[in-house]
Order: sequence, then structure tokens, then C-alpha cells
Amino acid sequence: MNGPVVLDRRRVLAGSGALIVSFTLSDAFGQDQNAPSATPAPKPPGSLATTPFLDSWIRVDADGGVTAFTGKAELGQGFKTAFQQIAAEELDISFQSLKVVTADTARTANEGFTAGSNSVHLSGTAIQNAAAQVRALLVAEAARRLDLPAENLRTENGAVIAPDGRRFGYGDLVASDMLHVQAQPTSKLKDPATFKVMGQPVARVDIPAKVTGGAAYVQDMRLPGMVHARVVRPPSYGAQLTECDVSAVEKLPGVVKVVRDGNFLAVVAKKEFQTIKAMAALSAAAKWKEMPRLPNQHDLGRVLTSLPSQDKTILQQSDPSVTGQKTLDASYTRPYQAHGSIGPSCAVAQSIDGVMTVWTHTQGVYPDRQAIAEMLGMPPANVRCIHVEGSGCYGHNGADDAAADAALIARELPGVPIRVQWMREQEHAWEPFGPAMVTRLKASLDGNGAIADWNFEVWSNTHSMRPGGAGAMLAAQHMSKAFAAPAPKPLPLPEGGGDRNAIPIYKFPNAHVVHHFIPAMPVRISALRSLGAYHNVFSTESFMDELAKVAGADPVEFRLRHLDDPRGREVIQKAAQGFGWQKGQKAPRNRGYGFGFARYKNLAAYCAVASEVEVNGETGQPRLVRAVAAVDSGQVVNPDGLINQIEGAILQSMSWTLYEAVTFDDTRITSIDWQTYPILRFNSVPDIIDVHILNRPGQPFLGSGETGQGPAAASIANAIANATGKRLRDLPLTRKKIKDAIDA
Amino acid sequence: MMTLKVNGRDHQIDADPDTPLLYVLRDDLELNAAKFGCGLGQCGACAVIVDGKAVLSCVTPLLLFQDKEVTTLEGLGSIETPAPIQRAFMEEQAAQCGYCIAGMMMQAQALLQRNPKPTDEEIRAAMEPNLCRCGTHMRILRAVHRAAHLMQTADASTVQRSGR
Repeated sequence: MNGPVVLDRRRVLAGSGALIVSFTLSDAFGQDQNAPSATPAPKPPGSLATTPFLDSWIRVDADGGVTAFTGKAELGQGFKTAFQQIAAEELDISFQSLKVVTADTARTANEGFTAGSNSVHLSGTAIQNAAAQVRALLVAEAARRLDLPAENLRTENGAVIAPDGRRFGYGDLVASDMLHVQAQPTSKLKDPATFKVMGQPVARVDIPAKVTGGAAYVQDMRLPGMVHARVVRPPSYGAQLTECDVSAVEKLPGVVKVVRDGNFLAVVAKKEFQTIKAMAALSAAAKWKEMPRLPNQHDLGRVLTSLPSQDKTILQQSDPSVTGQKTLDASYTRPYQAHGSIGPSCAVAQSIDGVMTVWTHTQGVYPDRQAIAEMLGMPPANVRCIHVEGSGCYGHNGADDAAADAALIARELPGVPIRVQWMREQEHAWEPFGPAMVTRLKASLDGNGAIADWNFEVWSNTHSMRPGGAGAMLAAQHMSKAFAAPAPKPLPLPEGGGDRNAIPIYKFPNAHVVHHFIPAMPVRISALRSLGAYHNVFSTESFMDELAKVAGADPVEFRLRHLDDPRGREVIQKAAQGFGWQKGQKAPRNRGYGFGFARYKNLAAYCAVASEVEVNGETGQPRLVRAVAAVDSGQVVNPDGLINQIEGAILQSMSWTLYEAVTFDDTRITSIDWQTYPILRFNSVPDIIDVHILNRPGQPFLGSGETGQGPAAASIANAIANATGKRLRDLPLTRKKIKDAIDA
Repeated sequence: MMTLKVNGRDHQIDADPDTPLLYVLRDDLELNAAKFGCGLGQCGACAVIVDGKAVLSCVTPLLLFQDKEVTTLEGLGSIETPAPIQRAFMEEQAAQCGYCIAGMMMQAQALLQRNPKPTDEEIRAAMEPNLCRCGTHMRILRAVHRAAHLMQTADASTVQRSGR
């Protein structure tokens, strides 16, 4: 589009005369950010800034039905319910009477990826403001019809009501394009003191189907005429298919087609288990040339720090008047870790008359559409991606790859719906892992036991190799017209990637933080819940305890001594109080207490975790006995949903921290199932997890889905150190490492 | 062709006898609850109840179910008339993504059928085969305790919310 087309539309509003709302068509497209604007105005909040039309978020039908739209994807975090609460609250309609439609390239705004704890903060804010402005438009229209000042009218249960009792349902008031107007920069939001739905622990809308066998996931889709497909992946990164006689496989019962395109190999059959049997036969028929090119997994710290890096100082501050006396240094390492979704990735695709529709549990329907269109050589307009829930992903798992697999296979069988699901070993071996990382910390204490200088260096790959380009997807990398994986880029601060939470929240007179970004990726990696924050917070908060010990200070008091942020201080104090933390308190024999704190990304939710860990003195086996967390995520929408997220974050982080590492030899990934990649089971579940919420009515939403990962890890590591007197710095903190440390 | 009894009804199944039960349930009978998680008997997402015991349907071939009674989550209750175990999981909001939950519920149901008053240790031991990745374990444990209460209470509506 070369220039904006300016339209004017009139709305005659009683009391205020005529309101003219002007807008540009180019603003309808989030991508067209560079279109010149005659009047650069302040932008509306959240995702309204990029998708400003109210009817992109809220639609009111003539029958009074109301729908809220979000470009974000429900991944099991429960925000679909939270958005329904937000919209119902600001529109003054009942929670039950509202529908929420999630990410679909044909229906919803382009909100990029559902990632980084940004859903409520960006999309929820957009829905809240759009709903408030829609309500104001409906009130204004009723005021015009009644010839009464808008201030005299109130709204209740989907209707505008006059003082004399006359009422207009929202459906009676809305005209065809009345809501197709741009959002104003500010909205008249409700007073939090009057909230009826927001702030209440509303039961999640998706749970009833999930506990009664309803169709809840993309895995449960059954389209008419649908057939099943399985992919035969190469045995290792870069393996080349040298030979594959498919004739025997094609004769197997139910087999519809074998698809071979370069190193991409798949089989389609009528029934699912026929497909799996055919996949096994196809796998046996395929001969591959493999290349030993993986690094030594037992020496990852040295491997990473010796790879070429792009180094950037991201914090430099100095106060020469303050100098340290005692200096400490330490290095911490994290292995590659898996998302490990319980349900292997799945997608359904169907090609009809040149239009490819893909049902996918991706975190980004628009980037996926872009990537699939590029892979297939189709215009993006002819590809539609519809989000359907899958198993929890916790970041970029195999979802996008499965979507590409399904699309590539569906192209070969026009008209036929194709359902692809990965096998367990494919998910474990081929998902993009959370990157391995190394940190080196050095700090000095002054004569008063305060930190005088702080040096933090982190070595890491990028933390996102998500689609956008076709080359991010395995199918596109493996097909004969292969797309190369795109060049990795560091994710920019303030959110950051490998350097996420590398800049301390604490105040130190002298501080120096360096991010060593490593472009080379010997192992396939991408975004895992909290990105670099998990390791950077683990490192920072472990080191804070090491310093506190040398300073002879209590860990909680030592943190407060270095923290100005009042909300952060309150979160720390709340967790300590809830835990019963007392200065100098000794845990019972073989037990230890630990503390961890962070503000996720230094701009989202605050979280502190105190924990008690038991370590078996004979075997070294650790067990988290109890954890107490405090969280401040601004205005709380659904307190029970928030508690659920924090409980989950603590348990998942505990599993990463105590058990998990991707393993490999010089050629293949060797952690390919739940025996070779063990995770938390019920025998190691704590006795108690308590979560305390510090609600901030009227304050902005602060993303909270990932805020617990780092603090939980550090808290557990610190409790192990407290229990054993030994400091472990190489994740995961396994039974064997603890035993070896005790015996050393 | 063999007869398979699922949720109280006989079904004529046309599948190879080595087909794991999971694929018959999902593909032939179009039931959603039992999930493919690993196909290796390592995660419990596919659990169903056969003659009172929890069975991992992803690794158990069809031929072993002749003359047996298979119960899936769908056979316990519905959204309109949920069984106690289903009510308990709803009331405790014991799910995040929920993919593992059907298997969890069948494992718990089998436990409660043979042991109506399990201790916390017995519940943890019984749930050991089942994996959850979201970290919903605390709520799952509370839901199993609640289900035990619900099953024993004549007027189930009087049960107070447990935990926390």
C-alpha cells in the first residue's frame, strides 16, 4: 500500500454533538507499521497499538451475542478464561454469555507468538480497553436514541438502562459497522473496587471437556475422510537418505501413499496403527549416511566458552569510591533441556482448491502461515492456520514442525485431511531444546558485608529459532528443495534471550554484565519457558547466597539489603513470612532451607520462593519437601489460575533442576523417551506448595507464566547447599552429584 | 472381527489382533479420553480400566481383551452428570494443559475402587506410573482425596473444598 486512504465516518452522539472518527485503512494491517500518519497520536495500550480496530477484539451480534477475539493461543495457561473475565467485566455482561475465539489467521489479530508471559499483558490489555470503549459506544448510541445524557445511563447484564427503566440490549444498539473504529489512546476503565468477575477465582472454561473425554485437542480432531500420517525422521542431525525401497511398504494394509521428498520421508495410511506399522517398515527400509558432529556432552562448559562469540557489555556502572575487600568467583552451567510435552506434536492439514488449512497447536499462527506458505511456494493468503490446543508446550517444541509435516504431506493428497502425530522418540530427539548455558560470576564484599562490585558473564546461543521463515521447520530443511535454517540472532533487551535477567535487579555500586552470544548451534535449540532467565536467575541467586554466607548474613536479609524496588521487597518479605523464615534458623538434620527471587525479565511479575529440601545422607537423593511462593503480577484476573501457574512453575523447575539433561553421543541424541530422559514423578512431589498473591488492583497486568522458573531453581539449589554444606553449580543437581559432593 | 465390551456396550471391531487397545478406542470407537503419550507404557496418558485394574492401553494388544470389560473416562460420567472423580477434578481445577489428566483420573479411579480410603502415601504410590509435565501434581493429589470423599458421601454437595 503506497499511501493511507483516509475515510471519515460520523457518529452523532447526544450530549457531545458529532463525533468524527477517522482512520486509515493501512492501520488495519499490523505489518504496515511504516505507513505515514498525518497525526502521530499516542498509541492505545497493549496489542491495540498494532491492531487498533475495536471489532478486531470485540464483536456484538444483533442477537446480543458477544465474542472476544485474541491472537494468542491457549496452551493450558488458562488465559482463555481470564480473557473471558476481562471482557465480561468491562462490557458488563455475564461471564457465561461471552465466547472467546483464539488464534486463527482468518479471524483474529496478528499477535505474533504466544510467548514470554506476554498474553495477558498485551492481549488481555487490548481486550480490556476495547471492551471498555465498546461499552462506551453502546452507551452513547443509547443516549442518542433516548435523547438523554450518557452519564445518566448505566449498563447491566448486556443492556443499557435508563433511569426510568427503559433498556436497550447491546444487540439492539449495535449497527453494522459501529464497532469498526479505531481505539482511542485511553479508555474509561472500571474502578477495580466495583469488579464482579475480574479478581474472582473463576473455574476454567476448558476443564469440563478435558475431564469428561470431550474433543479438546488437535489430537482429537476427526475430519470426514481423514487419514493418518507418520514421518520417518533421519536418525541424526544432517543425516542423508541414501537408499529407500518403498515398494514393500506401499503394499502394506491400509497404506495410501509413501511421500519422499529429499530427506523428508513419510507414510500415509487409513488407520492410525496401520500407519505406525508402515512407518516401522519404512524406517527399516531407509538407509542413511550420518555424520558425527555433536560435541562432548560431558564438557559443555568448555565447549560453549570456546565457540566463537559476539560479546556485548549490557551493563556497566562504576563508583570508584566503593571498593571490595573479599572477592568470590564461581561458574554455573546448564545442559540442554527438553520441553518434553506429554502429548507428542500433532497437526491436521487439508489442501482444497489451492488453499491449505492447517490445524495446529503452534504458538504463532501467523508466523507459521508465513513459513508454510514459503515452504510450499504458495501465497500466504492461501494458507490458513488455526490454533487448536495440544499438550502443554512450554515454549517452541515440535508443534510448528508437525504443522509443516502435515502441510507437506497434505499437498500430495489434495482434498484429503491428513493427521500427523509424532512418536515419542521423535519428540524427544527432534524438538528444539532449551539451550545449554554457562555463566561466570565474580563479586567483592566491602567491609560492611555489602556487595561492592558485581561481574556477570553469560555464554549462550539465541533462545528463539521460531518460524517466520520456512528454514525454521524440519520438513523444509529436509525436503529436496531444502531451506537452510535462518541465521540466529540474539533477542534484544530489555526482554533479552540468553541475557534475560542477566542484569541484576539488585543495586550494586559497581557492576559489569557481558553477554557472549554464540551463533554456532551444535544442537537444535529454541525457546524453552523463561529462556535464559532460568539459568541467569539460578546463577545470580545461588551466588547471592554464596556471598551472604561469606558476609555472615542471612540470605533473605542480604537480598533486602541490596534491593530498593518496594514491590520486590514486599514479595521477598511475603514469601519469607509465609515460609516461617527466621534469621539464623537451622534446619533439622539432612534438611536445608533456601531462597530465590527475581522479577521476570526485570519488567514482568515478581516471584520469590522459599523451600525446604531433604537430602538422603547415604544416597544423596534430594527431595523438595515444601515450597512457599509469593507473586506480584499486578492486577490479578483469575487468582486460582495464577496459583495454578506458579505451582506448576515450581514443580517443573524442580524437575529441570534435579533431574533433566538431554544426552547425546557424537552423532545421535540418546535421550529419546522417559527412561532415558527422566522427569519428576509422584514419589518426588512435595508435601506442600503454598502460593501467596500480592494483588495490585488497577495496576497493569504483569506476565506471570514464566516468573517462577528461576526463583524455584535457585531456592532448591540453595536449600541443598544449606542441607549439605556443599555448593553445586552444574545443573542438573542430581543424586549422584550430591552424593559425590557429600563424599568429597 | 472380534467383540470388545467398552463402557458397557459390545462393539464389533475390525482390526488386527496385535493392535494396541488405544488405537481401537481412538480410531474405531472415536473416544477421546485415552491419549497417545509415549506408546511405550512409560507415561500413563493412555490408562483405562479393565476388570477393575488400570491398564496402559498403548502397549496392550486387542487380543488380550476378549471377554473383558473396558472402561474409559467417557464411561464414568459426562459434563452433565459427572462422576465423583470428574467432579473432584473440576472442583479442584486439577488441570493445566490437561493432556495427562484422563489417564490420571483412570489410575485414581482404579485405586479408589479397590481402596476407597487411601492414605496420601497410597495415592502417590498408585499414581507413580503417570507423568504430568505442567506440574499439576498438588492439585491432582487434592482431587483424588476429594474424589474419595465424594464417593463416600451420600449428599456429595455438602463436601467442602479441600486443601489449601
